[in-house]
Amino acid sequence: MTASHAASDASGADLALSSVTKRFGSFTAVDDLDLLVGRGQFFALLGPSGCGKTTTLRMVAGLEEPTAGRIDLAGKDITRLKPYKRPVNTVFQNYALFPHLNIFENVAFGLRRRGVKDVKGQVQDMLDLVELSSYGGRRPGQLSGGQQQRVALARALINRPQVLLLDEPLGALDLKLRRQMQIELKRIQTEVGITFIHVTHDQEEAMTMADTIAVMNEGVIEQMGGPTELYDNPATTFVSNFLGQSNLVAGEVLGQSGHELVVAVEGSKLGVPMDRARSTSGAVWVGVRPEKVFLAASGTETEDNDNVLRGAVVTDVSFIGVSTQYLVRMPWSQELTVFEQNTGARESFRPGDAVDLHWMAAHTFVLDAAQDAHAGDETYDADLAPAGAGT
Amino acid sequence: MTVADVGRVVEGTEDEPPRRPRRRSGWATGYLLLLPGLLWLVLFFAVPTIQLVATSLYDQAGSLDTGYAMTWSFGNYLDALSTYRQPFLRSLMYATVATVAALLLAYPLAYAIAFKAGRFKNLMLVLVIAPFFTSFLVRTLAWKSILSDNGFIVQTLQTIGILGPDGRLLATSVAVVTGLTYNFLPFMVLPLYASLEKIDPRLMEAGKDLYANGFTSFRKITLPLSMPGVVAGTLLTFIPSAGDYINSELLGTPQQYMIGNVIDNTFLVQLNYPIAAACSVILMIVIVIMVLVYVRRAGTEELV
Ligand SMILES: Nc1ncnc2c1ncn2[C@@H]1O[C@H](COP(=O)(O)OP(=O)(O)O)[C@@H](O)[C@H]1O
Ligand SMILES: [Mg+2]
Repeated sequence: MTASHAASDASGADLALSSVTKRFGSFTAVDDLDLLVGRGQFFALLGPSGCGKTTTLRMVAGLEEPTAGRIDLAGKDITRLKPYKRPVNTVFQNYALFPHLNIFENVAFGLRRRGVKDVKGQVQDMLDLVELSSYGGRRPGQLSGGQQQRVALARALINRPQVLLLDEPLGALDLKLRRQMQIELKRIQTEVGITFIHVTHDQEEAMTMADTIAVMNEGVIEQMGGPTELYDNPATTFVSNFLGQSNLVAGEVLGQSGHELVVAVEGSKLGVPMDRARSTSGAVWVGVRPEKVFLAASGTETEDNDNVLRGAVVTDVSFIGVSTQYLVRMPWSQELTVFEQNTGARESFRPGDAVDLHWMAAHTFVLDAAQDAHAGDETYDADLAPAGAGT
Repeated sequence: MTVADVGRVVEGTEDEPPRRPRRRSGWATGYLLLLPGLLWLVLFFAVPTIQLVATSLYDQAGSLDTGYAMTWSFGNYLDALSTYRQPFLRSLMYATVATVAALLLAYPLAYAIAFKAGRFKNLMLVLVIAPFFTSFLVRTLAWKSILSDNGFIVQTLQTIGILGPDGRLLATSVAVVTGLTYNFLPFMVLPLYASLEKIDPRLMEAGKDLYANGFTSFRKITLPLSMPGVVAGTLLTFIPSAGDYINSELLGTPQQYMIGNVIDNTFLVQLNYPIAAACSVILMIVIVIMVLVYVRRAGTEELV
């Protein structure tokens, strides 16, 4: 697997995890993990449920001790530092508000423990920030989920930690509220300038909010980078499927021509920019995002430097307003997905139509064929898949 | 810097604070379910209590043979208080000391069972209740031999010099309080366990995350959240301790007699029913007042 490992020098990094491993008995929850988070970044740790995100956060917070490896914060080793001595605060997955204290005292808790002066003023400012100024006297049980979420944020943020850890903070909210809070969290982060590490299994959430995303799977980081970089140039089949959708077809590298790698796919020759090829010889997966692909009636002339796959048949058409989602069956009986914007400028197709697929060579990527083509694809069920698909 | 725009929308969505469920139908079922308990209370609590209060106001000149005259003798209460002031105060003191001792013993035990026992949790709970498999009387008699003058404990304490050569444990206040503490300990442990077990351990983690060390987390989070258990446990220990007469009878001497022994004696030996009843009523009133003040001070209404 070509996991991109971060460089081990910690200059300029606020938080550095080096070769961190956590085992529970014989089960390895976090496996030799390296992570660099820059000061003031909005960093997202993205991965499916059970991949070790919470465990990683808990080790940074000090609530779990790594089995091996070390954690540095601002150049200082904090691996074995007690949680209450770390300049790190957490917004817990279930909020964990103190039910016996009112909202004011919940938010004031950290300040009081550190003996800070002007508790009243600071708490009031913080409650203003999260728009709960008039709720100070209430108990957590008397607030809605969204309000509790904001109290949890205020309770952590008021301590001005060097790193704020957020463990799926929006997971319990309904979709509409979640979208609003995403924007709000992002804005608060920009205003306070504190490093946020935001754990989520929602790829859309990670992409809208984060400067940098680390995609995590089964205890390891698969790839780390900006949202566009990860989306356009995935390093593994897992990233290509977990972050958005991908069409992956099996190919064989023929050679190199200029800045392009030439790959044979079922009788067609496809070009791939060298900097988007994660493997340059032998069997590979050739990938393209569904919205990068255009459909044309069978036999239509295409641009010279486009990649083309011919002989497909439309099997399903779903109209979803802004776009139309096509399923097409290739001659080798694999089904691919194509999203077409409903601009009105292009013809639309019906099930049964014979079509060709074409896309810009620059939008193609190549991955090592040793990986499962369906890794990270949450909609894929091996038992229901048509024979030959993706192989 | 506000989230005004978000805040406003939030109030308008389905995301609303929890409300108490309101139930209109089924009120009759509720009263029907109450009925057996109510009947029981009337028959075995209200009627005897009224009878007891009435007896406490009878003329002391009467006897079982000649019958008692209702003379509204409130003087009985003054007589009871002046004659038996010592055992009254002793009862309250013994019960208080025993309750505090039981709390100090039970809290760590309940805490360990709730958070540290792992798969031994159920076994430990059974062990806490195990003494109930033998009778109260038998267990107190066992303490009598444990604390006896030539028993192992007294001998050891004499050897290491904590007790003098003539020092004893049996027939002292220490023995009575020890017996009370022991006998009512499970009534302290179980409610404490129940309320500790309900506490989400993630709250303690949140405390640690917010700069509270282990002790502060306990003081600011665990202890306040376990207050319902503390209140229930202390009441369940204090009330029966204050009225107990077995421990003082078996482990003490008349110098250690509590108000329970007095009531027992006035009813069954002296056959002075009005004074015995007056003592009982006084004990009841004192306990009710103390409990009310205590529950108020502990402020448990907000917790449960
Ligand atoms: N205290 C623990 N004991 C045993 N296994 C654990 C413990 N905590 C987490 N795990 C396991 O480690 C894996 C990763 O868990 P977690 O970090 O909570 O995942 P995520 O937050 O990504 O959903 C899971 O398979 C989980 O069952
Ligand atoms: Mg988690």
